[in-house]
Amino acid sequence: MDQALLQVKNLSVAFKNEKVVDAINFEVYPSETFALVGESGSGKSITALSVLRLLPAAAHFSATDITLQNESLLTITESNFCKIRGRRIAFIFQDPTSSLNPVMTIGDQIAEVIQIHFNLSKTEVKNTVFELLRQVEIPVPERRINEYPHQLSGGQRQRVMIAIALAGKPDLLIADEPTTALDVTIQAQILSLLKSIQAQTGMALWLISHDLALVSNMADRIAVMQNGKIVETNTTPLFFKQAKHPYSLSLLAALPSMQSCIGKTVEFVEEQESCLLKVENFKVYYPIRKGFFKRIVDHVKAVDDVSFNLYSAKTLALVGESGCGKTTLGKGLLRLIPHTAGRVLLNNIDLTALTGSTVGKMCSEIQIVFQDPFAAMNPRMLVGEIIEEGIKSLHPEINIEQRQQRVRHLLQQVELPQTAVLRYPHEFSGGQRQRICIARALAVEPKLIVCDEPTSALDVSVQAQIIKLFKNLQQEHGISYLFITHDLAVVAEIADDVAVMYQGKIVELGKVEQVLMHPKHQYTQKLLDAVPVI
Amino acid sequence: MVVLWTDALIFILLSILVTFSLSVRKKAHLQRPIKKIVTSKTAMISLLVLVFFVAIGLLDSIHFKSSETQTDEIISLLDYWATPIREQSEKTYSAPFSAYSYSKETLTLANGSTQWGYPRLTFAASHLKNPEAELLFDVSKKALSGFCKGAGLVIFLSLLLRYFFNKKDLSLTHKQTIKSVWLVCFFLFAISYMLVELSSFYHVLGTDKVGEDVFFQAIKSIRTGLVIGSLTTMIMLPLAITFGIMAGFFRGWVDDIIQYIYTTLNSIPGVLLIAASILMVQVYMANHAEDFNSLIIRSDMRLLFLCLILGVTSWTGLCRILRAETLKLREMEYVQAAQALGVKPVVILSRHILPNVMHIVLISVVLDFSALVLAEAVLSYINIGVDPTTYSWGNMINSARLEMARDPIVWWSLLASFIFMFSLVLAANLFADSVRNAFDPRRTEETR
Repeated sequence: MDQALLQVKNLSVAFKNEKVVDAINFEVYPSETFALVGESGSGKSITALSVLRLLPAAAHFSATDITLQNESLLTITESNFCKIRGRRIAFIFQDPTSSLNPVMTIGDQIAEVIQIHFNLSKTEVKNTVFELLRQVEIPVPERRINEYPHQLSGGQRQRVMIAIALAGKPDLLIADEPTTALDVTIQAQILSLLKSIQAQTGMALWLISHDLALVSNMADRIAVMQNGKIVETNTTPLFFKQAKHPYSLSLLAALPSMQSCIGKTVEFVEEQESCLLKVENFKVYYPIRKGFFKRIVDHVKAVDDVSFNLYSAKTLALVGESGCGKTTLGKGLLRLIPHTAGRVLLNNIDLTALTGSTVGKMCSEIQIVFQDPFAAMNPRMLVGEIIEEGIKSLHPEINIEQRQQRVRHLLQQVELPQTAVLRYPHEFSGGQRQRICIARALAVEPKLIVCDEPTSALDVSVQAQIIKLFKNLQQEHGISYLFITHDLAVVAEIADDVAVMYQGKIVELGKVEQVLMHPKHQYTQKLLDAVPVI
Repeated sequence: MVVLWTDALIFILLSILVTFSLSVRKKAHLQRPIKKIVTSKTAMISLLVLVFFVAIGLLDSIHFKSSETQTDEIISLLDYWATPIREQSEKTYSAPFSAYSYSKETLTLANGSTQWGYPRLTFAASHLKNPEAELLFDVSKKALSGFCKGAGLVIFLSLLLRYFFNKKDLSLTHKQTIKSVWLVCFFLFAISYMLVELSSFYHVLGTDKVGEDVFFQAIKSIRTGLVIGSLTTMIMLPLAITFGIMAGFFRGWVDDIIQYIYTTLNSIPGVLLIAASILMVQVYMANHAEDFNSLIIRSDMRLLFLCLILGVTSWTGLCRILRAETLKLREMEYVQAAQALGVKPVVILSRHILPNVMHIVLISVVLDFSALVLAEAVLSYINIGVDPTTYSWGNMINSARLEMARDPIVWWSLLASFIFMFSLVLAANLFADSVRNAFDPRRTEETR
């Protein structure tokens, strides 16, 4: 192999006494794609930031050497380092929405980088900006150049971020989870764009990701990071053929696979008797008001005429991209969002017609588990209080002792220690918090739980555990799930039936194997194509 | 025994605070934040200073009719104990620890001739024959003996406490904290004892224009400051909190009405409202002279009304902030989860929204507390503050204001009110800060 472009020797970063990056060594070679893979908190982003000297002030940093093309980066003064950042090493952050300045046009934001690093005239700068926008395949750059970030879609924003990164003509592009905030189809587009740009410019790409499937399609070499240490480095084909380290193996094992739906026992379902939830012509419209009197001129059809059946002790997965109305549908069923029309029959009782005290009874039948376990719990309440809240409000007749016993039982069911009762949510990890949320939903003994992307904020290994927990609970209690997700691999793992949603409508509905293996609708086909497969 | 309106309210507020803190002590999950407050040096020291201030304020809030004088004057316990300082007033200004007046006048000497010079003060340092030579020695001697007496008292009391409470009761806190709290306690008591001792012979902080002791004025002002700070807050808080979180949570017409109310209130100049209501009270009192037959009752009524109107005009700012915060919080998923569990809106407001806006309430209450003490000074300046006969830091500053231009300058009134106000507001700020840190579960890890 040729000379390494970036070479890192013995890099360590510590916060107070806690080592987050522990004596790691790696190289990035010119025009290769190097992927650093690990779960959240393994120190992969900190590694990238420390190479660029962007660490927070509280961090203690030490390294034997960091070289860029045989030039040590450790001895360079801060003012000279500015000529490396953005020029020779560029950086793409995870969330394009928060990395772009909302009050500057995207043209100005790209031009800023060019003006800093190159001495060009105004027209030359403008031409370069056009060139860059064309390079990242943004349609109609003449118009886009004067638009603000909020006028662009998520995918286009990330393209602008890439254009900004490319503006300095870098030798090395660091992409920190560049597609995590994006939809699957957009993710596929951005990745292929990165690939083609790399082929054009010959720069090296250092990809940081938690997603092994994505990395397998992109990277030439893979390094796996665990608890601040690089545990295994290998070329991609060899890694997937013969990973050696137990952690790499466990990561590979935890990956949900599309094939897992094949051969699922398709039991005969007696349509009428076991039908738990029947949704008929469900609609949620948001009015668009205009003019002086706020007249309703039109509607945003978030959920448009949706009908489906959900059988008891079965899981229906609701799949779609962000903005397709799947979360609105889930919350609409629980009456957290007012619906416009349609009927929701739970055990042949129309939930939409309920008023007053009977609503409470319905609450104990349907529960919800949210996507973000960090926002889903009141930070000022103890875990015990959080879990018993539903029992208190729906079953006030249960006395304190029985209630506490029930809370302990619930904690046991979701595999959490009994001592959790007197602790606060922030003391738990993401996966543990999601378990608490599940316990809270289970507390009122529901027949149906709406799971709104319950695993997408979690690491792969934790995700596998939570899915296993969901499955166990279904077997034990006969609970049905309406499983809202964008991740088709998770669908394959857990679902019995799949409904694919697109722009407020269900475009395909069927058994999981049939939908995932033999899709009929072209949108389903497109979704499936975009999923990275190992 | 005479109970004034503000006295009653102060004691009600105190009893609420005491019952609240007693009930908090029993809760299992609150043990950790309490322990954090108890072990924090800053919190305990500022609490000590606050308690000291409050104790003086309370002493000053127990009123009775004086039996010694015929005039049926209503005095407080503090007045009673400080009778010598209260009644020994000089002719006019005198500097701290001075034996002479601050302004020259014609003196009649022993031999009958007259002389233009500084006269001896009537009360201060009257026991000295030759002040020039003896003053320094006498002051240091009396200071030392006062300090020693106070120190002796503290040591005696702490030994007594130690005898009655065994060491287990103190295991809640650190040794370091006990040590520093004891040290502060020691100096606080010894110095105050020293000042009290000195006050019976000298004017420790000088005298004002009409010859009243400034130290006594500053001490009497503590009650006024506490009343204005706490009663106003007590009126303002319920309004701000209920309206703020209701407007944010329910939105729609509730929000509209509440927004209209506070926008209207905000657009009326506050000073105008205050002036109008103070005038109203004065007219009322003039028409019902038989009910307000004493000077102190009249000034108390005026103080109460000032608190009331300040409270009514000052809730809008906090209300607006709370509304905005609630708008943010109501979209949080834990609020939706509670809705899905069928929890009633009132319970959601009190269990999920209120605790999560409490840090904002605490910060703005402390900031408002100091702002209110200062606002009182400004209002006194345009004569719509507290009654001119009420002792308050505002009145002290107001009267000292003109003397700043005088040569030689009269600085002690201003300095005295500044020191007292500063230490009260600082202690309140520091204590509120540690309380907020202790009760925020997310912060426990950072400071561990």
